[in-house]
Amino acid sequence: MVTAAELLASAAFRDGKVAQAFPSFGSERMGAPVTAFCRISTISIRSREPVGHPNVLLILDSTLLHQMDVFRGLSDQGIVLMNSTRKVEELGLKDWMFQHPEVEFYSFPASDLAERHLGRSISNVGMVSGFASITGALTKESVQSAIKEKFPGKLGEVNALVADEAFEYVSSHPVQA
Amino acid sequence: MKQQIEGSQAVAQAVALCRPEVMACYPISPQTHIVETLSRKVKAGEIGNCQFLNVESEIGALSVLIGASAMGARTYTATTSQGLLFMAEAVYNAAGLGLPIVMTIANRAVGSPINIWNDHSDSMAMRDAGWLQLFAEDNQEALDLHIQAFRLAEELSCPVMVCMDGYILTHAFEAVDLPVQEQVDAFLPPFEPVQVLDPQDPISIGAMVGPEAFAEVRYLAHHKHLQALEAIPRISQEFQEIFQRPSGGLLKLYSTDEAETLLLALGSVNGTIKDAVDDLRAEGWPVGAIQLCSYRPFPSHALRYAIQNAKRVIVIEKDLAVGKGGIVSSEVKLALQGLPTLVDTVIAGLGGRPISKAAIIDIVKAACLEGLEEPHFLDLNWEAINRELTRQAGQRRSGPTPENLLREMGLSGGKTV
Amino acid sequence: MSYQRVKFYQTGTFTVGNRLLGEEDRTVQARTDRTNSLNSGHRACQGCGEALGARYALDAVMRVTKKQMVAVNATGCLEVFSSPYPESAWQIPWLHSLFGNAPAVASGVAAALRAKGKTDIRVVAQGGDGATVDIGFGCLSGMFERNDDVLYICYDNEAYMNTGVQRSGATPARAWTNTTQAVGPEPGNPMGVGKNLPRIAMAHGIPYVATASVADLHDLEAKVTKAMSIHGARYIHIHVPCPLGWKSDPAQTIKVARLAVESGLFPLIEAEWGVVTDRTPIRKQVPVEQFLALQGRFKHLFHPRDEQALADIQAMADRNIHLYDLLPTKPAMEL
Repeated sequence: MVTAAELLASAAFRDGKVAQAFPSFGSERMGAPVTAFCRISTISIRSREPVGHPNVLLILDSTLLHQMDVFRGLSDQGIVLMNSTRKVEELGLKDWMFQHPEVEFYSFPASDLAERHLGRSISNVGMVSGFASITGALTKESVQSAIKEKFPGKLGEVNALVADEAFEYVSSHPVQA
Repeated sequence: MKQQIEGSQAVAQAVALCRPEVMACYPISPQTHIVETLSRKVKAGEIGNCQFLNVESEIGALSVLIGASAMGARTYTATTSQGLLFMAEAVYNAAGLGLPIVMTIANRAVGSPINIWNDHSDSMAMRDAGWLQLFAEDNQEALDLHIQAFRLAEELSCPVMVCMDGYILTHAFEAVDLPVQEQVDAFLPPFEPVQVLDPQDPISIGAMVGPEAFAEVRYLAHHKHLQALEAIPRISQEFQEIFQRPSGGLLKLYSTDEAETLLLALGSVNGTIKDAVDDLRAEGWPVGAIQLCSYRPFPSHALRYAIQNAKRVIVIEKDLAVGKGGIVSSEVKLALQGLPTLVDTVIAGLGGRPISKAAIIDIVKAACLEGLEEPHFLDLNWEAINRELTRQAGQRRSGPTPENLLREMGLSGGKTV
Repeated sequence: MSYQRVKFYQTGTFTVGNRLLGEEDRTVQARTDRTNSLNSGHRACQGCGEALGARYALDAVMRVTKKQMVAVNATGCLEVFSSPYPESAWQIPWLHSLFGNAPAVASGVAAALRAKGKTDIRVVAQGGDGATVDIGFGCLSGMFERNDDVLYICYDNEAYMNTGVQRSGATPARAWTNTTQAVGPEPGNPMGVGKNLPRIAMAHGIPYVATASVADLHDLEAKVTKAMSIHGARYIHIHVPCPLGWKSDPAQTIKVARLAVESGLFPLIEAEWGVVTDRTPIRKQVPVEQFLALQGRFKHLFHPRDEQALADIQAMADRNIHLYDLLPTKPAMEL
């Protein structure tokens, strides 16, 4: 999760942008629900407060959808990318989506994708690639490069395949809700 | 070379480039990534003959460095919060002995209640121990200050704390320019101790000093800090010449030209403050900011000069003198005595509560338009506090305050008392 | 044992050292070239066991290391009476930091020497029982666990003497101190408390642990000398009577120390890697009462006589004798 934010920042850096990523600091134990933030900009980033009004929301664990107010502060024209095998309409968000008609929702089975390639359902690489593909904010090359730096050797190459497939998936499944 | 890395990694790289000889570390969040990285580097043979000791406690850590430094080795450790207090005796001891130890403080709140998130209560607790205290605004400055710290420490024979906000900086992943070994070597020569344990020339270090000489010894420690007021800007200037960027110094000014109101703070919140200042200026408010980089020595003269004609200084501080109010603001007030400048105390960010740009903008406007109570607690949940006070007034045994408050805020279940 | 034990009952240690032994077997103190690491002029009390023990120990270290040594001292009597600013009785490189951190500071000195490639310079840490057994315990355990190349010497006078005689974790059963006064139903330090640091050191599995006493200065020197031939964490626990705190006659410091050994209350042993390797047998067992009676800190056991307490203390001595086989069953000539 923290890795996802770091991958975003790392890819943005490689694209010549300024990026800042940091976790919201819940309990220090591993496995607890975590939020991480990332700012990407063309000018220096000085702010240190958590991102209260995101433009994009990546939800890596869709079970959290109904446990906490994940959408709080999301821009009215924001984008939501959800890690789920279910279609958006199956996620019980009809009302919310009705109230926020300009928000774009994407559902994307990032964990599944990872499971097939890596044998582990870690969604960060898929989600980052999905984000890059949907928003165009990051180039595919930079995402791949960031992945290979974070995951050395064979692991990096497999993850790069995951990224590839994620980019493919998103561009061939353009629809959301 | 520019790299996108975690703050802790940046600091560890900088420290490694300074060629430390002995490091002794005890893990404590949020410093762990720093010491883990340094441990790996030493074990992999990347730092020459450096010795890394895994010690049994923080007082063990600093004590190991006291011995090593007295033996002429360049020494380093990192800690925070509870760990800093656990080594408090050694902190005073190291300063009194004049040992040029460099220590990172990954600023974190001090319990009880236990809290692992950022504020400055730990550094503040040790502010009078005799160490230099430098505060970093961002990770670039954090890594730069460590390099400057070894120079300062060894020139003055005085230990230095480099303070960086725990989690906010240590765990932030951002771009930094990492120096190369040649640059650091050009800036930081090998350690030449003023006094050292040497079988060829035996001396006794650490003798008892009675009333007839103690005050003089303490004055000389104070004098070192007065010398540091000159050394800090000079070394910052030298740093800029070699590394090609401004970094450190006593304090920094932002948008202070013809400012009537100045914000003043330590550490990372200065980033958010700058954004707030820009927004306020765009609305026509004559606001600027002072980033205090050196907290010890306290740069009174530089501050007086920086204030110029500003009418008020709003100090935003991440600490609380229980029973009194502001710590930084008190020192600012003292430095500005005789001047007509108003000084406001804003206690914010305790225990890691985020400080938002919006809140800063609001507080500036409130201060200028209505004035602030002294001290002002930013973003405090007065409802929860008043309910708790009412409960305490009505009932002698009302359970632990933190639990009651958490229940009030709906953050914890269980029966209400 | 690495030295030859010569039994001269009528004469003292110095006689033996000066005239009746071969060169190699004389004590360091018997030589004119002794280094006097702890020089005269310090402020110790008359009859101080610690000053005696420290001088013997450190001069032995200086001899073995050819003066390439550094000493780290904890706060306590030894530190206070030897370094009244601006004077110092130390003729060696000497560092005093805090009360509870001498083992860690010494670990740091050793680490610096390793970093600089100067491992021919050796490190000694020293402190009283309070600094070792109580407040410095954590740091000591850490030093042992890391097997840092430090010889730690504990001068055990069985209480916090420098601060006016308060009880420490090494204070023996039923002893008076100013925080275990001779009042109430169980006067003095309670029975059954206290830490045995030599056994705790052994439990850490370090290369060398030994106990020594100022009653047998040859043995003390020999053990220090042996310890310095070893690298890694080493511990020597020296019994040093304190006339002030024990309320004993300053002229009888060595006699009191000898009675502690001969009664079995303070066994002289050596251990390596956690296992006892040698002990000094008791020549002739002495009842604990003879030892206790010379010290005012035990006088409440005699007036009126507390038979139970005396029996309990005797039982402690007997346990030590059994545990370490201090009275070997074989007759002397068969050895």
